[in-house]
Amino acid sequence: MPALDSSPNGEPADPRALVLRGLTKEYRKGSPVLSGIDLVLPGSGLTAIIGPSGTGKSTLIRCINRLVQPTSGEILLGGQDLATLSGRPLRNARRRIGMVFQEYNLVERLTVMENLLCGRLGYVSAWRAWLRKFPARDIARAFDLLDAVGLPGFATRRADALSGGQRQRVGIARAIMQEPEIILADEPTSSLDPKTSVEIMEILSKFAAERGIPVIVNIHNVELARRFASRVIGMSGGRIVYDGPPQQLTDAHLKQIYGGENWME
Amino acid sequence: MTVTARLDREWQRFTPMRRLSRFAFYLFAVAALVVSLQTIDVIPEFLYDAPAQMADLFGRMWPLDPSYIKPTLKSLVETLHIATVGTVIAIVLAVPVGLLAARNVTPNPALNLFAKFIFVTSRSINSLVWALLFVAVFGPGPLAGTFAIAFRSIGFTGKLFAEALEESNRGSIEALTAAGASKLSTLVLGYWPQVRPAFWSIALFRWDINIRESAVLGLVGAGGIGVALDTALDLLYWDQVAVVLLAILVVVILAEIVVTTVRARVL
Amino acid sequence: MSDVTQPSADRSKPFAANWGARIGWCVLAVYLVYACSQLGFSAERFSAGIEHGQRFIARMFPPNFGRWELIASGIAESLQIAVIATFAGVLLSLPVGLMAARNLMPAWISWPTRGFIALCRSFHPIIVAILFVKAIGFGALAGVMALIVASIGFISKLFAEAIEEISAKQVEAVRATGAGFLSVLIMGVQPQVLPRFIGFATYQLDSNLRNSTMVGIVGGGGIGASLFTAYQRFDFDVVLAILIVIVSLIMVAEIVSGWARQVFQ
Repeated sequence: MPALDSSPNGEPADPRALVLRGLTKEYRKGSPVLSGIDLVLPGSGLTAIIGPSGTGKSTLIRCINRLVQPTSGEILLGGQDLATLSGRPLRNARRRIGMVFQEYNLVERLTVMENLLCGRLGYVSAWRAWLRKFPARDIARAFDLLDAVGLPGFATRRADALSGGQRQRVGIARAIMQEPEIILADEPTSSLDPKTSVEIMEILSKFAAERGIPVIVNIHNVELARRFASRVIGMSGGRIVYDGPPQQLTDAHLKQIYGGENWME
Repeated sequence: MTVTARLDREWQRFTPMRRLSRFAFYLFAVAALVVSLQTIDVIPEFLYDAPAQMADLFGRMWPLDPSYIKPTLKSLVETLHIATVGTVIAIVLAVPVGLLAARNVTPNPALNLFAKFIFVTSRSINSLVWALLFVAVFGPGPLAGTFAIAFRSIGFTGKLFAEALEESNRGSIEALTAAGASKLSTLVLGYWPQVRPAFWSIALFRWDINIRESAVLGLVGAGGIGVALDTALDLLYWDQVAVVLLAILVVVILAEIVVTTVRARVL
Repeated sequence: MSDVTQPSADRSKPFAANWGARIGWCVLAVYLVYACSQLGFSAERFSAGIEHGQRFIARMFPPNFGRWELIASGIAESLQIAVIATFAGVLLSLPVGLMAARNLMPAWISWPTRGFIALCRSFHPIIVAILFVKAIGFGALAGVMALIVASIGFISKLFAEAIEEISAKQVEAVRATGAGFLSVLIMGVQPQVLPRFIGFATYQLDSNLRNSTMVGIVGGGGIGASLFTAYQRFDFDVVLAILIVIVSLIMVAEIVSGWARQVFQ
C-alpha cells in the first residue's frame, strides 16, 4: 500500500496544499465517523476521494469548510487552521473555498445570474446584496463563466427552470465566482445521468487545469475517478486506506475499500 | 491564466415593465400610508395616558371574580355548540357551491362566477354583521349566532375547497370518465379521495377560527360567551371580564391542541 | 426460480371496514342532534324566522344613501385604520416571525416569541379593541392598535412556519460562500419565503379591512359605529347602504391585493 506522501510534521512544499492532521469527527460518542485522519491534499489538479457510503467522505469534505464541526484535529490551508475559526475569520476563510453540492443547492427562485452572484457574498455587504448592486466586474465575470461552462444566455433564467446538468454547471460557476483557492465537490455527479456526469467532471478538471485551482471531489464512481483524477484517495471505515495516483489503484485496493467482490463483476 | 472580463454585458434584475409596476406599487402604498397617518383623528393625550390606563385596567381585573365562573362555563359550552354546529352547516352548504366554483368540475363560467360571488359576499360581511342580520330574523340568542357563523364560513371553506378541487390530478378523473363512470361516481371515487385531506384540514382550520368568532357574537346578542362578556363590560365589573377572557383563552388553547393533534395523527 | 403462491384471501370482504371512521361519524351525528336542541333549533323558530326575515329584507330595500357624508367619513376612517394597522403589522411581523423560526433561532428566543404570537392570536380583534378603548380612549387609535395586534398574530405565525419549511440545502450553499447572517437571509431565505409573505400580508390587509369596519361597534373608530346605530334605530335601509359600501370596498381591496401579489411574485 503506497505510503502517505509527507510526514505529519513537515511543511508541504506546495503552499496551496490542504493539510489535515488528526481530524476526528464523532456524531455519537464512541463511534467516530472520521478517526484521526492525517492527509495532505495536493495543491493542484483534481483529487478524487472514493469509498463506500457512510465511510465519512462527505463528512471529511464538509469539515474543511466547517459545514460540519470537527470534534478534534487541524485543518491547515496556507498556514491557517480552519478548524478553530469562527465569526468573521471563518467567513473570510469560507469565501476562499468554493463548494459544489450533490443536489446543486441553487436558490431555486433566483435567476442564474443571482445564483452566480451569491458566490461574491463573502465580498459585498448585505446592503449591496439586497439592492443587487454588485460591482460591474463581478457581473462581467459571471457572464464569462456562463460562457465557460457552456450556458451562454442563461443569465436571466430561473434556477428551477434548468435541468440537473445545467444546474450543476451553474453550481460550479458559482464556486468559481468566489475566485477560490480550492474547490470542494461533494458527490457532484451522483444526481446526474452518466453522460452529464462525464461533462461535469470535464468542466471540473478543465477549471482545475486552466486556473490552477485544486479540486477535491467526493465520488462514488470509480471509473470517473480513474479517468479524471490526478490523485486518488480511498477511504474505508473512517480511515485512509489508499493515497496515490489512479494508475496504481488495483482491484485489490478496491476490494479493501469497498469490500466484497460481487460489485466488480 | 487570467480571464479578461468584458464590461459590455449588462444585467437587469427586472424588466422595465416590472420595475415600473414595482415603483408604482411602492408609490401607491406609501401615499396611502401618508394620507392615512395625516388624516386619522388621534388625540395625543389619550396616547400618553395609555400605560397608566392599562395598569389601572389590569389592577381592576385582579383578583378574578370566582362567582362568575359557573355562568361563564355554561356560556362557554354554548359557544362551542355555536362554533361546531355553525361550521358543520357551513360545510354542508359550501360543498355544493364549491363544486360549482371549481372550473374542472363545473366547466360553466357563469356558474363559476355565481358561486364565486356567493363566496365573496359571505366573506365580505363580518360575522358580527351576519349576527346582526340573523338576530333581526330569528331574534336574539344562539340560533342567530349559529347561522351567522355558518353563513360567514361558507365563503372561506368553499373557496379553499374549490381550490383543492382545481388542484386535483386530472389523470385519475380522466380514467374514470373514460371507463364510463357517471358524474356522481367521478365525484365520489375520483375527486373525493384526492381532496379529502385538504377538506378535513380546511374544516378543522375554520372550526378553530369559528371558536374565536363565536366568542364575540354575544356582544350583539347572538348568544355564547359574548353575552356574559357584554354584561360584565356594561357593568364595568372588570374582574368578571377577566374571568371571561381567561375562559376564552383556555378554550382557544385547547382547540389549538385538539386541531394540532388531529392534524398530526389523521392527516 | 422460486415458486410464488398467493395465500388465498378472504374473498367475501374486498373492502376493509374502517371502524374508527364509522364510530367517529356516529359520535358526530349524536353530538349535532344534542347541540341543535341546546341551541334552540325548532320548527316554530324557523317558520317565525322566515316571516321575520321577509319583513326584514323588505325594510332594507331600497338602500338609503341619504346620509352619505357620514358614511363616507366612516368608511374613510375604516380605511385609514386598516392601512396603518397593516403597514405597522407587516413591519413588526418581519422581526417577530424571524425570531419565532426554530431553524434560525435558538430555543430561548423562539419559544417566548411563539408564546407572544399565540397570545396575540387568542383573542378576537373586537375583544382586543375593547381593551384598547379602555386603555387609550375611544377613537381610531384603539382600532389601529387592536388590528396591529391581530396582524402580528397572524402574519408572524405563518411567516415563521414558512421560514421553517425552507430548504436547508439552499441556505447551506449560500453560507458556504462566506456570506454573513444578513446576506444568507437576503439571498438564501428571502427568495424562498417572499411570495408566501406577500400572500400573508395581502390576506391580512383584507382581514384588517373587514375588521376595521367592525371595531366601531365597541368604540374603535370607523364605520362600525354608524352601522350599529342605524341597526339599533331599525333604519335597515341605511344598514343596507352601509353594507353595500363595505362590500364594494373589500372587493376593490381584493383587486389591489391581487395586483400586489402579481408585482412581487
